[in-house]
Amino acid sequence: MYNFDLVRPTSIDEAVKALGEEDAQPLAGGQTLIPTLKQRLAMPTKLVSLTGIADIKGVCKTDDGQLAIGGGTTHGTVAKEAMADFPGLANLAANVGDPAVRNRGTIGGSLANNDPSACYPAAALGTGATIKTNKREIAADDYFQGMFATALEEAEIITEVRFPIPEKSNYQKFEQQASRFALVGVFVAKYADGVRVAVTGASNEGVFRWSEAESALSSNFSAEAIDSLSAPDGSNMISDLHGSGDYRAHIVKVMTKRAVAAAS
Amino acid sequence: MPKDTGIGASTKRREDVRFLTGVGNYTDDVNIYGQAYVHFLRSDVAHGRIKNIDTSAASGMPGVVRIFTGADFEGVGGIPCGWQITDRHGNPMQEPAHPVLAQGKVRHVGDPIAAIVAETLEEARDAAEAIELDIEELPAVVDMKAAVADGATKVHDDLENNLCYDWGFVEENREAVDKAIKEAAHVTTLELVNNRLVANPMEPRVAVGDYNRADDMSTLYTTSQNPHVIRLLMGAFVLGIPEHKLRVVAPDVGGGFGTKIFHYAEEAFCTFAARQLKRAVKWTSSRSEAFMSDAHGRDHVTKIELALDKDNNFTAIRTETYANMGAYLSTFAPSVPTWLHGTLMAGNYKTPLIYVNVKAVFTNTVPVDAYRGAGRPEATFQLERVVDKAARELGVDPVALRRQNFITEFPYSTPVAVEYDTGDYDATMDKLQEIADFAGFEARRKESEKRGKLRGLGINCYIEACGIAPSNLVGQLGARAGLYESATVRVNATGGITVMTGSHSHGQGHETSFPQVVAEMLGIDASMVEIVHGDTANTPMGMGTYGSRSIAVGGSAMVRATEKIINKAKKIASHLLEASEADIELKDGQFTVAGTDKSVAWGDVTLAAYVPHNYPLEDIEPGLEETAFYDPANFTYPSGAYACEVEVDPETGKVTVERFAAADDFGNIINPMIVSGQVHGGIAQGVGQALLENCAYDENGQLLSASYMDYAMPRADDVPFYQVDHSCQTPCTHNPLGVKGCGEAGAIGSPPAVINAVIDALHSGGHTHVEHINMPATPARVWAAMQK
Ligand SMILES: Cc1cc2nc3c(=O)[nH]c(=O)nc-3n(C[C@H](O)[C@H](O)[C@H](O)COP(=O)(O)OP(=O)(O)OC[C@H]3O[C@@H](n4cnc5c(N)ncnc54)[C@H](O)[C@@H]3O)c2cc1C
Repeated sequence: MYNFDLVRPTSIDEAVKALGEEDAQPLAGGQTLIPTLKQRLAMPTKLVSLTGIADIKGVCKTDDGQLAIGGGTTHGTVAKEAMADFPGLANLAANVGDPAVRNRGTIGGSLANNDPSACYPAAALGTGATIKTNKREIAADDYFQGMFATALEEAEIITEVRFPIPEKSNYQKFEQQASRFALVGVFVAKYADGVRVAVTGASNEGVFRWSEAESALSSNFSAEAIDSLSAPDGSNMISDLHGSGDYRAHIVKVMTKRAVAAAS
Repeated sequence: MPKDTGIGASTKRREDVRFLTGVGNYTDDVNIYGQAYVHFLRSDVAHGRIKNIDTSAASGMPGVVRIFTGADFEGVGGIPCGWQITDRHGNPMQEPAHPVLAQGKVRHVGDPIAAIVAETLEEARDAAEAIELDIEELPAVVDMKAAVADGATKVHDDLENNLCYDWGFVEENREAVDKAIKEAAHVTTLELVNNRLVANPMEPRVAVGDYNRADDMSTLYTTSQNPHVIRLLMGAFVLGIPEHKLRVVAPDVGGGFGTKIFHYAEEAFCTFAARQLKRAVKWTSSRSEAFMSDAHGRDHVTKIELALDKDNNFTAIRTETYANMGAYLSTFAPSVPTWLHGTLMAGNYKTPLIYVNVKAVFTNTVPVDAYRGAGRPEATFQLERVVDKAARELGVDPVALRRQNFITEFPYSTPVAVEYDTGDYDATMDKLQEIADFAGFEARRKESEKRGKLRGLGINCYIEACGIAPSNLVGQLGARAGLYESATVRVNATGGITVMTGSHSHGQGHETSFPQVVAEMLGIDASMVEIVHGDTANTPMGMGTYGSRSIAVGGSAMVRATEKIINKAKKIASHLLEASEADIELKDGQFTVAGTDKSVAWGDVTLAAYVPHNYPLEDIEPGLEETAFYDPANFTYPSGAYACEVEVDPETGKVTVERFAAADDFGNIINPMIVSGQVHGGIAQGVGQALLENCAYDENGQLLSASYMDYAMPRADDVPFYQVDHSCQTPCTHNPLGVKGCGEAGAIGSPPAVINAVIDALHSGGHTHVEHINMPATPARVWAAMQK
């Protein structure tokens, strides 16, 4: 890796200030950024560690019944602390990477990075979560802008993510055999006013909502409702060593059915 | 008491204490005062002409000691190939030059272009980025069949074409085989790929070159399975350093699987640069570098035809294989698809006529060489797949078809030039049926179906030739080395024993199992015996560890040296006991005069040897140390039968291995626990090859699976608990221990069992059009195969 300076502020304000410098970058769990640095694929002059900011850690239920998770909360903590209120999300977090990754990696880091095969984007989009930053609140529907692209601006820090808690939800991850990221991941969330279905891993455009499935499930929340749908269009899906676009499209359908069947 | 630690005892591995407590000494732990670090600038294109390498800016960068390019190696030898193949027409193979650093052209992604030596690794990497390369990209040669088509771009301009050799075996059988196939009652044909693999030992390769001006001595510390072979190849062929001025040390090595047999450019570079710079030079491969610079394995494309008569007896086998050599010939690459593959094509069956054709091809890819099993997994896979397919086509039971064609009389001379000394293939098949619980399969299948899963049972047999190898035979076959092994047994004055072996342990547990043999022979406790290996300065010239040869060949050398020790010790004992030598018996560490209670202890005899006050000096020398070299009379032929049960998820194509059973015949066994462990690891590797591991290039020669993000290694949850058994034992007839070797069996025997099981599962689900799925049988491939 190239040389860089490291600072470890204890407040959001200090962090934002430190990020004001040219080529400064936030460092959370480092599970994505450190390997990138080791391969010399990034050369920040300053890394601003977010791990010392207590304000952006933790899981709690808000008065209006949402689950608020600090941007610096690790996957491991989410897996434990979201279980009672939002098992669909807790189980998603529990299956990210391995214990070392879960004990370091954070929800903010995952959403900021927006890897097309990452799990959290499916939960955020699949619940219509709100991404809170030091500057503003961004609706998930506006936040994800394609592979590795988000609405975040320079020096903007994800401080919290608010999830409307669904009546029922489930995330099904079909693992890519090498990385064990999602070859296809489907998050299904059922609310009183409708169902949301978000798909990660599959599309060249990053995480997306499968609207046909949403409307079918909104009128009939059952695996059979998916049976009658044709798989989404595979032509713009990722085609690589691990599977063609058509294969991924097929798996989207299978995983959606399984998520509905398993939703709790 | 000795029985607890002698032959047959499952003694725990003594070396694990240091490995598991972090006090092993690996090559990367070697740090020499004043050492510099080298970073290799590697080609990022598969094929290109080097027009210019401008190092002027880089040379002035902080910490840079010196930058080397191919020009610095003119006049220095290239990396040699250790095996020459003679083709069908009697001509030698085409053998390209293999410079230490690229000269003129780069030929694969990862080919080293320049070596930057600097005070720190990061400074070397910084300087590498400042080197200006002018490389004219050329069309990449990737597909083997396209590589040998007329007008294909040449990987090596000075060779005639990209065909290394076109080998026929046994060439004299060719016409008879063609005729038998034409006249057969039934012919089963199968085209398949044996997928390219990356060995990925846990410890990446490391080399530290050192040079001592005081005595003009070069030392190379390296991650090698065979330090003497490296010393010979590098000293004699590359750098011109005589062996008495060159020491090669392979300390603790964290896994090899074949890929650490070979002599690599980085080893020669570090040794060379240390002499030039008069300081030590260290290289530690990153995992990314390992993917593009460690020799890969397998990569065969094969068509096999099996002919049967009307009674389902095998009458002939014909194969045509394209074998990828990659861009250069790695040390033993030419031998793998030929002598280690063609000679195994008979398998466990008495097929009278066999013809094997192999076309070895140069491509713009990483060189391919031996990888656990080396040639034998490729032979076994195609044979056991085609036999399975034949059974299906003929509607007969795959076990019965195999049994009907088993070789049952030994010794048996195959039509592919080897003689199996012993074996009992029905016995291992019987054992397999028992431990794999064939009887319960249908019930398990029903239970799977209830859960919407397709269950399949795949079985296969294997035979391998190991205990490599009789030197005079391999010499005739083109080996440029002998394949004996050596041992020095040094009995110390107070009775403890140090055994210096030419074998090398990099996971096999020699430090535990070798002492068990000596302990058994002398009737002492194994804790009195220590194994020294891995350093050319203190071990006799030996050929190292690969080809399941260590106990069969290295162990035999140790037996011979220990026999010499016993002979001499008896002479000393007879003197001390004032009895005739013929009357001396050695039992439980005591020398006794037969039929009397007169005895002398092991320690008294050894002390007398080194404090020879009362000693027959006129007849024998003092001291108790003997060396033996052992050259095997034949290969050894372990064999076995394997069974795999898989479940296929018909909606996704995902295969899970539910059960795996292995019944092996390894002859006599020294340490059953270590043997089981070797089988376990081998099966994991075989399952990895069958379901997960896929080293793939795109059409431009870019490595697609260049990291663990895309190259799937088997993990603990990818494999089930295994049922392994090695109680079927037909001892080897020609080595003193009756051992056959077990290191590669698991990797050889398991891939066909897995694929046979997948096909069986799909057929049970009505997908009867699926005849074959290439490895790795990934979910996407299995699903695609199910769709008509
Ligand atoms: C072996 C392994 C397996 C994995 N498996 C999975 C998996 O199965 N599923 C999955 O979804 N992911 C997986 N991951 C990725 C993992 O979830 C990462 O932790 C996550 O992508 C990044 O989180 P981090 O906290 O480590 O971020 P970092 O690596 O520290 O940062 C990542 C990026 O986000 C930026 N950033 C970090 N925090 C913030 C913030 N609060 N606000 C704004 N920008 C920020 C950084 O500047 C950087 O650009 C795996 C990773 C590894 C190493």
